Amino acid sequence: MAVINLRVNGKAHRVDVEPSTPLLYVLRNDLDLSGPRFGCGLGQCGACTVLIKGEAVRSCIRPVSQVQNVEITTLEGLAQDGKLHPIQQAWIEEQVPACGFCQNGQILSAKALLDKTPNPTDAQIRDGMKGALCRCMTYYRINAAVKRAASTMKSPPTPGARDFSPAAIDGERS
Amino acid sequence: MSTRREFLKTSGMLVVGIAASDPIAAFVGPPFTGGQNATGPYPDPDFRQLDSWIVIRADNSATFFVGKTDLGQGTGTAFRQIMSDELDIAFENTSCVMGRTDVTVDQGGSGGSDALQTDGYPMRRVAAEARRVLLEMASEHFGVPPTALAVSDGVVSTKTGDTADRSITYGELIGGRKFNVTLTGKNTDTTTGTAPLKSVQRMKNVGKSPQRYDIPPKVDGSLKWAVDMKAPGMVHARNVRPPFAGATLVSIDESSAKSIPGFIKVVSKGNYVAVVCEREENAIRAARQLKVQWRKPATAPFPASEDLFKYMRSATPSSTGKPVITGNPDAAFSSATTVIEAEYDVPFQGHTSIGPAHAMADPSNDQLTIYSNDMKSYGMRNSVAQFLEMPRDRVRVIWMEGPQAYGRTAADDAGFEAAYIAKEIGRPVRVQWTRQEETVWDTKGPAYAVKMRGGLDAQGNLVALHYDACAADHNHLGYNEHDTVLISQLMGTRRAKVSPGRASLPSDMYAIPNRLQTTRVVPLPMPFETPLRTGNLRDPDGPQVTFASESFIDELAAAAKTDPLEFRLKLIQAGTQDDSGFKRARSIACLKAAAEKFGWDPRPSPNPKRSTGDILTGRGVGYAYRSQTVVAQICEVEVNRKTGHIWVKRIVIAHDCGLVINPETLTRVLENGTLHSLSRALYEQVKFDTEKVTSVDWVSSPTMTMADVPAQIDVILVNGDPNPNRADLPHYGAGETVCKPILAAVANAVYDATGTRLRGIPLGKLV
Repeated sequence: MAVINLRVNGKAHRVDVEPSTPLLYVLRNDLDLSGPRFGCGLGQCGACTVLIKGEAVRSCIRPVSQVQNVEITTLEGLAQDGKLHPIQQAWIEEQVPACGFCQNGQILSAKALLDKTPNPTDAQIRDGMKGALCRCMTYYRINAAVKRAASTMKSPPTPGARDFSPAAIDGERS
Repeated sequence: MSTRREFLKTSGMLVVGIAASDPIAAFVGPPFTGGQNATGPYPDPDFRQLDSWIVIRADNSATFFVGKTDLGQGTGTAFRQIMSDELDIAFENTSCVMGRTDVTVDQGGSGGSDALQTDGYPMRRVAAEARRVLLEMASEHFGVPPTALAVSDGVVSTKTGDTADRSITYGELIGGRKFNVTLTGKNTDTTTGTAPLKSVQRMKNVGKSPQRYDIPPKVDGSLKWAVDMKAPGMVHARNVRPPFAGATLVSIDESSAKSIPGFIKVVSKGNYVAVVCEREENAIRAARQLKVQWRKPATAPFPASEDLFKYMRSATPSSTGKPVITGNPDAAFSSATTVIEAEYDVPFQGHTSIGPAHAMADPSNDQLTIYSNDMKSYGMRNSVAQFLEMPRDRVRVIWMEGPQAYGRTAADDAGFEAAYIAKEIGRPVRVQWTRQEETVWDTKGPAYAVKMRGGLDAQGNLVALHYDACAADHNHLGYNEHDTVLISQLMGTRRAKVSPGRASLPSDMYAIPNRLQTTRVVPLPMPFETPLRTGNLRDPDGPQVTFASESFIDELAAAAKTDPLEFRLKLIQAGTQDDSGFKRARSIACLKAAAEKFGWDPRPSPNPKRSTGDILTGRGVGYAYRSQTVVAQICEVEVNRKTGHIWVKRIVIAHDCGLVINPETLTRVLENGTLHSLSRALYEQVKFDTEKVTSVDWVSSPTMTMADVPAQIDVILVNGDPNPNRADLPHYGAGETVCKPILAAVANAVYDATGTRLRGIPLGKLV
């Protein structure tokens, strides 16, 4: 066992676990963050996705000791001040989820994609989202929601609005 | 005494009553406030009491209690729509509690696409009855006859037209009190009061598309699912499965896992083995590290997957269906001008849910509470009680949202395992299957080998058809039974008798003068303790059967040099029989609607203008019904001649399920269901050698990804009823029909594109 320091959704946490423990179990069982889900434990399906430095990371295979003192964002951390992220809003507008179990990975993969590629082509959406599996096959609406979110996010930001991208938050902290 | 009574007493101050130690209250919220009932026992809610179905609060909001589960197809929202319409209360002021065996009546949970078709009616009737009773109360209150009252959005008004008109809300009339109205009916399906149902024309919410209430908490991460349930003192268990089908446990070296921090114990009986640890990651480690010796069975449990169809075609049937004969098929085949034959293969396919099986069981207070995503929570509750030899009223199953598994949770295993371990160790236990365990050991859709033979006359008319199906569906599971769930098989408490399974017939309205339909079920050598156990996979055998029947109709159309869509329409139009649901007229309407939307250009297949480039394009059609719901699908494909990759570029879905409750949600269900079957058509197959299943994860068991999403899907909601505006237009089921025809539609489109007929699933090639 070892003391591990984590920063998740802007809050600092200290946990005492085996350093090799995958981040997923610490998030779910110790920090009560149930957005990231166990789907395969093999890094194949994307249900466990979290954002670290803007990258979509598979928390089920990432040892917790390797993600100390970096900002980790989970699905719960996307909304700010009670306002949903435009991607989440697009997911509601398009009524994307069926069972919804994989949608954590879909939404955070879309966030990572749109942060890098704000105006993706169909091919870029296919490529950027193909690692997040959905057995309800909501892909058609995911595609539409990514486009809707891209269009919403392109509109100029509200004056004074804070940039909640992990990069900007990291910038604020440094 | 009951939760409901407790709730009614505390109505209006609900949040205050939440016991911090009651995890249900925290997750599910009011009205489950952890009253006396939280500690049990849990008698069945009485379906003959109106109070079991509807509670109205002082604030003029209503909660509907329904014994169904919503597997992500929006049925909860639809129930609120139909019930708020019958009750005459604002949709926004309603909520819905589903599938909790202690507080919702037993409507069987979900399955068979019957949520609206069957169970929607008692829901409507009890809501109409509540409205009638409330109007009577208002009548007494105002001293005017009920006919002198109007009601809208839960507000009852006198309607004399005077300025002195008075009004009162439902909440003021009954909030915080019980109806105390007894209903009639033999079971939940027939439950009724005396109030009549509304006509379709008087329904305000039906036909509109309020957004699903479960989506925002799924999108912001706030929803608590069955996988998220925790309880004080809860521990984590992982199963250790036999590495081979039919393996016998020889020995367990418990010392091999004892050094793991927080190790509690190995729980084992017969061939069932699980490890229990304080923390989840340590349970995972312990399951990997535990040294267990197994002995292989003396004979192979099944043939290897590459030999499956050869095996099936020559195996002795375990049962043979009674032949269905129309006309004189033998004579018709003898006199036919052209006779063609073809064989179609559909392999075992897994449910392979995105989330492996899981459950949490809490044995506190000498009762047992199981938190589960079991679609048939009532079946699990009854069978766990039998399995553990506990009185039924000491067991309850709390249904919570979970990963959709399209039938797999009708034979849920994890709930039984969690219950067993919890009782063994006396602590709340969470059981979580691994990906490999789920992919290997979940129930499988049965494999089908179908032989088709058809005869055309000189004019190209179909005069004789023989459908001959062989299904590897021996020992079909599919329901929570205490003596067939995996743990009972492994423990040696299973039943001796093998369930017969079935081989099904196609569903079409083709009028074929001479028709023979024969079916048989063949067994694999090992019926129990095998990962090739069959269960209900979304329209349990419709996709398999329809792949064969709708592919072959296309082959016949090609042999007759006729347009495949016109060939079908002609066969349906030749019919004279119809049923109360007008399936024939509605089949024609769906095929025509799909053709019109697609811009279908009548011509025989294959496409005469075949490209000489790498990409070949083609179009294909498929059609089927299930119960009274009809669907036609047309797709356009691109086949890459170099790589073999098939991309389904466009799909048109024309669907008629009678009265549509929520068009937007239905559209999503149809899009997703079509793509689920498209994934099955292109990529899905369970592979195995002669000892074990070798499809173990998403690499060895591929599923469709975003890379293959069609560019366009058009959904047309058809109302092909001869009297489309009838006041009692029925609401038929919509979950599964759409899964049937797309496999054949794709194969037909590939033939149109390439001139090559693919007769084995999976059709596609991952590139």
